[in-house]
Amino acid sequence: MKTLIKSGRIVDPANHIDEKLDILIIDGKIAELSANIDAGDAEIINAAGLIVTPGLIDMHVHLRDPGLEYKEDIITGTMAAAAGGVTSVACMPNTSPVNDNLAVTRYIISKAREQGSANVFPVGCITKGLKGEILAEMGELKEGGCVGFSDDGRPVTDGELMRRALEYASTFGAPVISHAEDLSLVAGGSMNEGEVSTELGLKGIPWVAEDAMTARDIMLAEFTGAHLHVAHVSTRGSVELVRQAKKRGVRVSCEATPHHFTLTEEAVRGYDTNAKMNPPLRTREDVDAVRAGLADGTIDAIATDHAPHHIDEKNVEFAIAMNGIVGLETLLPLTLRLVGEKLLSLSRAVELMTINPARILGIERGTLSVGAVADLTLINPNKEWVLDPAQLHSKSKNTPFGGHQLKGLAVKTLLAGKIVYSEN
Amino acid sequence: MIFNPKHILGIRDLTAEELTFILDTAESFKEINTRQIKKVPTLRGRTIINLFFEASTRTRTSFEIAGKRLSADTVNISASSSSVVKGETLEDTAKNIEAMHPDIIVMRHSASGACEYLARRLKCSVVNAGDGMHEHPSQALLDAFTIRQFKGRIDGLTVAIVGDITHSRVVRSNIYCLNKLGAKVRIAGPRTMLPPGIERLGCEVFNNLEDAIRDVDCVMMLRIQRERQGASLIPSTREYSRFFGLNEAKLRLAKPDAIVMHPGPINRGVELSTVVADGPQNVILGQVENGVAVRMALLYLVAGGEQLKND
Repeated sequence: MKTLIKSGRIVDPANHIDEKLDILIIDGKIAELSANIDAGDAEIINAAGLIVTPGLIDMHVHLRDPGLEYKEDIITGTMAAAAGGVTSVACMPNTSPVNDNLAVTRYIISKAREQGSANVFPVGCITKGLKGEILAEMGELKEGGCVGFSDDGRPVTDGELMRRALEYASTFGAPVISHAEDLSLVAGGSMNEGEVSTELGLKGIPWVAEDAMTARDIMLAEFTGAHLHVAHVSTRGSVELVRQAKKRGVRVSCEATPHHFTLTEEAVRGYDTNAKMNPPLRTREDVDAVRAGLADGTIDAIATDHAPHHIDEKNVEFAIAMNGIVGLETLLPLTLRLVGEKLLSLSRAVELMTINPARILGIERGTLSVGAVADLTLINPNKEWVLDPAQLHSKSKNTPFGGHQLKGLAVKTLLAGKIVYSEN
Repeated sequence: MIFNPKHILGIRDLTAEELTFILDTAESFKEINTRQIKKVPTLRGRTIINLFFEASTRTRTSFEIAGKRLSADTVNISASSSSVVKGETLEDTAKNIEAMHPDIIVMRHSASGACEYLARRLKCSVVNAGDGMHEHPSQALLDAFTIRQFKGRIDGLTVAIVGDITHSRVVRSNIYCLNKLGAKVRIAGPRTMLPPGIERLGCEVFNNLEDAIRDVDCVMMLRIQRERQGASLIPSTREYSRFFGLNEAKLRLAKPDAIVMHPGPINRGVELSTVVADGPQNVILGQVENGVAVRMALLYLVAGGEQLKND
């Protein structure tokens, strides 16, 4: 089966490519990249005016399957991914039951393979049952297909346990993805602690709740020599901690979400529960620091922390609404906005969504090298559109960007050479 | 002036002119409360639901009496004896009540923003009787009314508010109200009870009682919740009352004719010594008396104000 992608602007940072080329795909793999390929009987996809990148990788997604399918499942979640141009997701283990055993890992992988529209790489629990007490069987989980370990949603509060988790995970060559939060400092807060929380009368989460734990986790990574990946950095302190740690040679990587480089705590005014997530939206200075971190290489990946919640869980008083927003279908336009604002080059933006997350997770994706699996995203960077939450492919519609003017979207998404999404 | 607000959600969105209008309207209702027949037909046939999710003596009784003296039909619902205990959501509770065609829902709720939440979803009027740590507009209005009564004016005065500022909706509403009406506000409390950026709302922040109340015209003490000790904010009410409690000696730092206020309920011996609580400078019961008139004014204005006079 042959497919020819013609006349697209190929942006593949892993191979330092940014030029107009044709791509020939044979039997689901990249066969050739050159100008003006003549491939006779190939199915032709016209990519003139489009940007063609390796399929995007979102390394922080909640698919809610098994157990919480009323919010999202593997079918709808990967469909949302495909619609957003994402061909690979790493899914977090806080399902029901949690992914701390081979059976759940195998279930996720096989359901995705049989019915999904994207590659799903499970992240296993750090601790059994996400209880923060005993290590999960990382060896078996890695063997079964897990690409990393996280108790995401929760921190590992016990320092000794986090130390052993880092050491043990490194035995199997897997990163520990840390949700860095000192719960005692969070003390029931529901938004960033500051002027806005004071005015709204909402209990605040101080920046130090994130920074203190980020510092501890980085030090443990330094001490153990293991690979730590810090999830969803949101404060200027966290960004700076990672920056300095990298200078010292610590094996630390980190990610930031589009909402943390786009929105501030001002979005909470009016008690909009679609602006409620953990870590919370922060101040202008924090957003600027995240943007600077994306530009200077401190932050390695953009990951959405796609967190679908049912309308009944969000349509309540702010203090009791669940934390999180969906993000797979707004990843591209929000990231492209950084290119439009000249903060990032297009190549750098694509790097943050392809080869970098691939390297962190150790997966063979994120490039358009000859012989690579043909996961591709075709992007129209100029298409202007207004987000209508009802049109989202995700089961849940909890987004703060409803009604927003956005620019850029995926027009076609290919998974192993097959079209899994086409804009209509 | 025509002022017929659909809702009363907070002081922040009211203008100085509107606030003064409410106080003047309350003035005209005050006399009714001292008659033998404490009744005017103004809101006859209207239905007012008092939906209280938190315990309350003053505010709830005050709103109920205010409604009844205006001849409205008032219904009290407290969450603990409603289907809220069976897990019914706030929205469902309110919509079910709304299906019975109330004109006004007066709500007190523990979640900040809860009244705004309902106002967006209901067709009837919503009056905020206290939402979480956010606003308590009728309290700030009766406080302003009381200051005006005893001091003849609000403009140019200095008011000190002392206590657990972080958790107080009374202080936020008072800061907005007093600033708009031309007073200066000082707040004081232990640092653990002072929220970040509070000065931006319009006040001077003090770490000690003495500096805060020196030469002020009015001292407003807030209740220290004994439960807060467990939350590491203060080690004990004993220590709190030693440093931030108001007694006779400290009160002398304020102006000689300064008034002492408190939204109630009082913890005698904690934020107020019994001597001060029962002393000549306190106007606390005056606040409560004025609360009925102020709430009559609010219900009257929300229900239709001037137009009602012609019915």
